[in-house]
Amino acid sequence: MNHETEVLWLDEHRAVSLHELVEISGLGEAELLELVHTGALPVRDSVGGGYSFSARVVTVARTACRLRDDFELDTHGVGVALKLLERVRDLEQEIARLRAQTPGI
Amino acid sequence: MKYTDYYAALGVERGASADEIKKAYRRLAQKYHPDVSKEPGAESKFKEVAEAYQTLKDPEKRAAYDALGSRPQGEEFRPPPDWTRQHGGNGSEQFSFDDIDFADLFSRFGARGTQGARGGMPGQDFEVPVEISIEDAFRGTTLSLSLSMPEYDANGQLRRVPHTVKARIAAGAVDGQRLRLPGKGGKGFRGGRDGDLYLDISLKPHRLYRATGHDLYLDLPLSPSEAALGTSLEIPTLAGAVSLKIPAGTSSGRKLRLSGRGLPNPRGGAGDLFAVAQIVVPSALSDRERESYQRLAADSNFEPRRHFREEGA
Repeated sequence: MNHETEVLWLDEHRAVSLHELVEISGLGEAELLELVHTGALPVRDSVGGGYSFSARVVTVARTACRLRDDFELDTHGVGVALKLLERVRDLEQEIARLRAQTPGI
Repeated sequence: MKYTDYYAALGVERGASADEIKKAYRRLAQKYHPDVSKEPGAESKFKEVAEAYQTLKDPEKRAAYDALGSRPQGEEFRPPPDWTRQHGGNGSEQFSFDDIDFADLFSRFGARGTQGARGGMPGQDFEVPVEISIEDAFRGTTLSLSLSMPEYDANGQLRRVPHTVKARIAAGAVDGQRLRLPGKGGKGFRGGRDGDLYLDISLKPHRLYRATGHDLYLDLPLSPSEAALGTSLEIPTLAGAVSLKIPAGTSSGRKLRLSGRGLPNPRGGAGDLFAVAQIVVPSALSDRERESYQRLAADSNFEPRRHFREEGA
């Protein structure tokens, strides 16, 4: 297995369907939908009853799966944890942005 | 294989109750879980804790573990001859412990219960942190990752198998970028899908540039005369030096933008490079320099702290 492999960027330019998210996140459809309805998982489009997500959400959904399994949380608990983690991540990004702008000499 | 003391990993006695084991795990998970902890080495510590809990929380696995006896941590050992028949398999398997990691020894218990609807077991997903240079992010790079992945053998037993995965990272990766390599994780078993490999990209600190998203920041030291009078300078960019006009009257902290000289955006365009002016003075002056500064101080009516007086009035 030495050849170059396909690399998918998990960013906002790529979309994934609910079905794909179920396949790759480890969460069930009902769990994902509950996280969508509580606002913990942002939806990109909801046309004709079918949801699509930014590929960035793959990372969030996988984190949700780890939190569920490792802390034995229910979906409500996972949703709260995801929102808090998102706030922490936003603050960390803001700190990193300010640090980058701050002269080092 | 090397013995791992799961009770010690969780900090409990060998006779601990299921409830004590669960409490110990939860306390350590909150401390070391990689999604919530920033402690150094948290991820590897959590792996040890989770591995211990996965075995000790399950009565069948715990009984099998206890049947191995109590040994010093890290001691080389082989399970007793009848251990596989009694605890691990159906009794008819020709089972070899060669190349088996202790962590995978108990996988057969869980594996029986996790077979998917199609009868197969999906391969494991892996998440790997990867640090690349800002130059690599600018030009793109090919990573060659040497990984040891658990794979199911014909008996459904996990074994560590070395793999090399080559991945072309196109130009424009930023700090925190996640990439997915479908099917490059652990191999599935009996029709289960192969796992995925996830790369978590971070940028190495650079001696000149600091990156935020696709933008780059560069400290631009200026002498007092360059800042006051203005000048043209050669500025290092990732694509080579470019000329930048420093306007007269540039103060420290002013950001001079070099449009499109940051990291490329894989979807088109590029970030900007900001040169942040920093006025610096020599730590020691020659006699002529001192005289010049003294003459300037006497001739200048510049008041850099005038606003102190105005605000205080």
